[in-house]
Amino acid sequence: MTITAPSKAPATLDTVIESAEKVADEVLSLELRKVDGTDFPAWEPGAHIDVHLGDDLIRQYSVCSTPDDLSVLKIGVLRTPDSRGGSAYVHEHLTPGTALTISAPRNNFPLLKSRKYLFIAGGVGITPMIPMLEQAEAEGKEWVLHYGGRSRTSMAFADELLAKYGPEKILLYANDEDNGLDLNAVLALPRAHMLVYACGPGGMLTAIEELCMGWPPGVLHTERFVAAELGAASSSEPFEVELAQTGGSVKVQPNQSIVDAVEEAGARVLSSCRAGLCGTCETRIISGEPEHRDAVLTQEDKDAGEVMLVCVSRAAAGCSRLVLDL
Amino acid sequence: MTTIIEPTVFTEDPFTEAAIADPYPFLERLREAGPVSYLEATGTYAIVGYKEVYEVLMDFETYVSSGGLGPRDIREDDAWRPPSILESDPPIHTVMRRALTGVINPGTVRALREPFTLPAVEIVSELAKLDSFDVVTQLAEKYPIRVFPDAVGLPEEGREHLLPYGNMVFNAFGPENYIYQQAFANGDEHSAVVMKLCARESLDDVGFGSKIWDRVKDGLITEEQAALLVRALLSAGVDTTIFGIGNTLSVLARYPEAWQRLRENPTMAKFAIDEALRVESPFQKFHRTVATDTVLGNVHIPAGSKILVFVGAANRDPQKWGDDAAEFSLDRSSSGHVAFGMGLHQCVGQPIARLEMEIVLQEMLEKFETLELDGAPSPLIHNVLRGFDSIPVKVTPSR
Ligand code: HEM
Ligand code: FES
Repeated sequence: MTITAPSKAPATLDTVIESAEKVADEVLSLELRKVDGTDFPAWEPGAHIDVHLGDDLIRQYSVCSTPDDLSVLKIGVLRTPDSRGGSAYVHEHLTPGTALTISAPRNNFPLLKSRKYLFIAGGVGITPMIPMLEQAEAEGKEWVLHYGGRSRTSMAFADELLAKYGPEKILLYANDEDNGLDLNAVLALPRAHMLVYACGPGGMLTAIEELCMGWPPGVLHTERFVAAELGAASSSEPFEVELAQTGGSVKVQPNQSIVDAVEEAGARVLSSCRAGLCGTCETRIISGEPEHRDAVLTQEDKDAGEVMLVCVSRAAAGCSRLVLDL
Repeated sequence: MTTIIEPTVFTEDPFTEAAIADPYPFLERLREAGPVSYLEATGTYAIVGYKEVYEVLMDFETYVSSGGLGPRDIREDDAWRPPSILESDPPIHTVMRRALTGVINPGTVRALREPFTLPAVEIVSELAKLDSFDVVTQLAEKYPIRVFPDAVGLPEEGREHLLPYGNMVFNAFGPENYIYQQAFANGDEHSAVVMKLCARESLDDVGFGSKIWDRVKDGLITEEQAALLVRALLSAGVDTTIFGIGNTLSVLARYPEAWQRLRENPTMAKFAIDEALRVESPFQKFHRTVATDTVLGNVHIPAGSKILVFVGAANRDPQKWGDDAAEFSLDRSSSGHVAFGMGLHQCVGQPIARLEMEIVLQEMLEKFETLELDGAPSPLIHNVLRGFDSIPVKVTPSR
């Protein structure tokens, strides 16, 4: 998956492309090694890296190799009509042996502990799921993956997953074979102690969010597959939150929610589900640009940018400071 | 390996007037019997530990709602009314919940702040002319009944049946004792009127009611389900909020220093409300039905059993909240309390209830420098809700 990233980047790693392989229509899989031959820093399923494609051109891609082998990092890149040509550049210029600067892996989409998992992937949204499936399997969890795409040939890693886990756990759907992914059916019966992880195009995630309103609050975790020209994505950089009521400000780390950071600093914010589903933590934004990650605000509210749910939502990429009515 | 223990048999009946009027000493004795015990009087299991209550609320496959929230399994007997969203399991619950959350959510509720504010200003301004008054009859019972039916889009006529109807619905979550019998006096009339209010033609075109009916056109829910969802709002949305307001003020009337701090910093009102809901939870207890043999708190509970879930006790469990669990504290984070339930059936009306309570409290804080009890509050005798018939208070108006 691709997301637009801030131009100000964190510490970088020098890598070289080990292999570049076309794994589906329009999807290129790249394997990277560190130039100095050392291991990559440890990472967990759901992580992504920033890939520096040129002076001001940075794209984010989910890591789809295994965290057990830190000698390589693998990403899958879909060629999209991207105004700035990020993915086209990857497809046209990145060949084995090319040097590539990336960031260390960071995680905005961690796999939380649960007894059961339902994974739903649309298209190249499969990439962050691959290490997740591996972890769920290794931990002996009950899980299933529903993976949909335009056609079987457009679905990266589908055959590999099917061979590895079998048809009971890997359910594949292709629109052109008349068995497209029916989200209604997949989400018809909420299960206790089951989390839902979904990654794919915005339309698919919106439909999933609506269907999950019938599930217990907090079960759904999504990572939006944002075409480059669509809006800002969240920054994986720390950001500052100024507390207009309480006074002072707190720093929110990438792996921390605003609620956590504010509470740790000894200030207060009302919360309940802490999962972006109940609306309790709605907070007025005095200034700054949020990236909304909740499932309760309407699109209108999100666009208006006057309030945000601080248990899940963050500062948008490029916005290093939010002033909140806290 | 967990050792399975025999549950302590607890002989006191939770549905007696004494246990209801002063619930907390009763709950402490029950807690001494363990987080899970057996209630001899009702043949049900009592769940009082926070951890165990939480597990029940999260595991909606083992602890189902379709057997009803009362002590009888409504699937075996003739229920007194068609089951509501609260009394359903997935997948029936799933579509009903989607329909409701699509209509009632923080976005739609935010728009209510303005229409909900004026009536609070009016009611509290009247009270500000007095030295003493009754929080229940002169405020808590007046406010929700003025604003909530408008938000749903009800006609004026028939509103007087809402309170007695809510009283029936909730008392039916307990046994058919004299409290239940009293609540069900004239029950047929209240039910008939309320059911009529839920019909599409009774509702205006802007309230939550008509928005729910819109989902019939989308094909998400049936007409019968739409009427049941409107009924769910009308039955679950009035009494609970009345008690929420009354209970919050009854707590604050006992903590004058908290009142002062809130006056200095009124944005803390919502924390005060949350903490008051924890220590004086309006919805104290309800049942679930055990679908398959299970072990909870090391106690084996056979399939088909009814369990009585004491959310009001979980909210005061010292293991979760510390030794001062029974005390109200403005500095405590009450996050995680289960006064609104948790998980699948967690209260849909939560943002509305919080909005109503916050507006009323803000208004009270502005108008009154002090608020103190003027005699003992008189507890309401109700099978599952905790509230008061009367909370007499003395006030000094703000200068
Ligand atoms: C302080 C006020 C309130 C309290 C303490 C409260 C408490 C609760 C609790 C504990 C539950 C969960 C019951 C269970 O797990 O079986 C619940 C569910 C529900 N509440 Fe509330 N409630 C309040 C206000 C409201 C309001 C104002 C409305 C209507 C707008 C409402 C509508 C509902 C509905 C429809 C459900 C069922 C949800 C489902 O089954 O999925 N409640 N409430
Ligand atoms: S605490 Fe529930 S939405 Fe933030």
